[in-house]
Amino acid sequence: MRINYRVILSVIVVVFLAACENDSVKNSENALSGKLVVTGSSTIAPLASELALNFERLHPSVKIDVQTGGSSRGITDVRRSISHIGMVSRKLKDSEVDIIGHTLAKDGVSIIVHKENPISSLSSEQVKAIFSGKTNSWQSFNGSGEKITVINKAEGRSTLEVFLHFFKLDNREIKPDIIIGDNEQGIKLVANNKHAIAYVSIGTAEYSAQHGVAIKTVGLNNIEASTANLINGSFPLSRELNFITQDKVSDLAKAFLDYSLSAAAHKTIKEFGFVPFNAP
Amino acid sequence: MSLLTRRKQRDQLLHLTLKLSALVSIISLFAIILFLLVESWPMIESTAISQYFFAESWHPTNGEFLLLPMIVGSLLIMAGAMLLSIPIGIFTAILWQFYAPRWFSTLLERMVEVLSGIPSVVYGFWGIVVIVPLLAVYQAPGTSLLAGIIVLTLIVLPTITLVANSTFQQIDKHYIQNAIALGLSRFTIIRHVIFPQAKRGLLTGVILQAGRAIGETLAVLMVCGNVVQLPGSIFEPVRTLTSNIALEMAYAMDMHRSALFLSGLMLMLVVLSLVLISEKLKQQGNNL
Repeated sequence: MRINYRVILSVIVVVFLAACENDSVKNSENALSGKLVVTGSSTIAPLASELALNFERLHPSVKIDVQTGGSSRGITDVRRSISHIGMVSRKLKDSEVDIIGHTLAKDGVSIIVHKENPISSLSSEQVKAIFSGKTNSWQSFNGSGEKITVINKAEGRSTLEVFLHFFKLDNREIKPDIIIGDNEQGIKLVANNKHAIAYVSIGTAEYSAQHGVAIKTVGLNNIEASTANLINGSFPLSRELNFITQDKVSDLAKAFLDYSLSAAAHKTIKEFGFVPFNAP
Repeated sequence: MSLLTRRKQRDQLLHLTLKLSALVSIISLFAIILFLLVESWPMIESTAISQYFFAESWHPTNGEFLLLPMIVGSLLIMAGAMLLSIPIGIFTAILWQFYAPRWFSTLLERMVEVLSGIPSVVYGFWGIVVIVPLLAVYQAPGTSLLAGIIVLTLIVLPTITLVANSTFQQIDKHYIQNAIALGLSRFTIIRHVIFPQAKRGLLTGVILQAGRAIGETLAVLMVCGNVVQLPGSIFEPVRTLTSNIALEMAYAMDMHRSALFLSGLMLMLVVLSLVLISEKLKQQGNNL
């Protein structure tokens, strides 16, 4: 009986001490408080919301409000000090020297085909011809003579925007056989259709191809579609995802930026199909 | 006296509870319709209704909002699935109730119950991996109206079978015994004694499943191809109203978003007309 009491007592003491320690750690971090407004690109907004949620969990007295409205709104809002951080899903222009860009990630788009398809790279002209329906047989590419199944993305998807922008196509020119929503759906369809061609986020494509899914990435203009080439900037079908701020940043905004650019955010960034970018 | 008051109180409590329960359904229906109306209002206000039926195509980011192919797509897929699943379901239930030996009935019951418990996304995934490649052998790429109909049939079939079976079970056994005593053949009994009685129950079950079929989203989205067009054949892709919402909602803004809520409103209207039609049919059924 006495031993029992002792055990219970010591457990209580340990728990109490642990709680105290926990509290003191929390208190030191809780120095951060206040509200942060983040506005801009609808491509980055879902990611920013998720990062904000994680950040709020670490600092319960911080409230981060993420609003969409396009990259240009992100820039305008930061310039007018309406928001603390802007989201811009493209490289900053030379004229935009008054704001500071913090590259969060890269959003790359890879063309994918079935694993057994022998082609390894396509030129921009070839991709354009296939997706606009001018070429609808694999004849001239791998001699199979099969009809090409063109898989396009649904309106509003960021991969679609990158794709259309790069190839200077209007979505109305594309003649799709299948329209998909997310990357996973495209990968499943291509893995089950030897004559299909689709485009998905590079990160997702590379992951699936490495994990035994029957797809492969196709190079563009003889540049291999890989996360490595995406980060070093040589793969052209991509764009930067930036957080932007004014010269002077509040402590809170700085803390959130640091968190978003740190390794802790990489997992979240990858979940959205983007490739984390470590700015020097 | 006190016993009486207590009884009265209990009665009142029950009454209140029942009223509140009914209120939940009613309020949520109106709340949803109101919400859909509010969200799709910018679209309704700025675009003529004829646009939804005669615009050139569905390119919401370019201001083209043609909804007609998706309404047709939803209706075609539902009609096709019901056309296949109703006879199969009813025939299975007849076999189950009137022909099969006991051990087979039990086996059937368990299997149908398991089938009805499989989430539709699993059917969709199975559709991509099995049905679509099979159809592609005949006509590429396989993602088509037909693939959607097949997958949807498999989704609603178990429930239709279960409903038909329980309807047959509820029929007064005296009629059947009398019919047997009269020496009628099994076919005659089923056709002329059991069916007339089961008609209403079957109809209710079928309408409920039709509502479910038209609302099914994910499985259909996975196998239908989702190209916005009026299909020329069952091997061509279609997009349904529900797929349209699921595909584009995550990234839609402003008018595009509003147009998607309008898709939802259209869907509500289609379901509403289904319910009204079924009411009409039921009344006629009673008169027969």
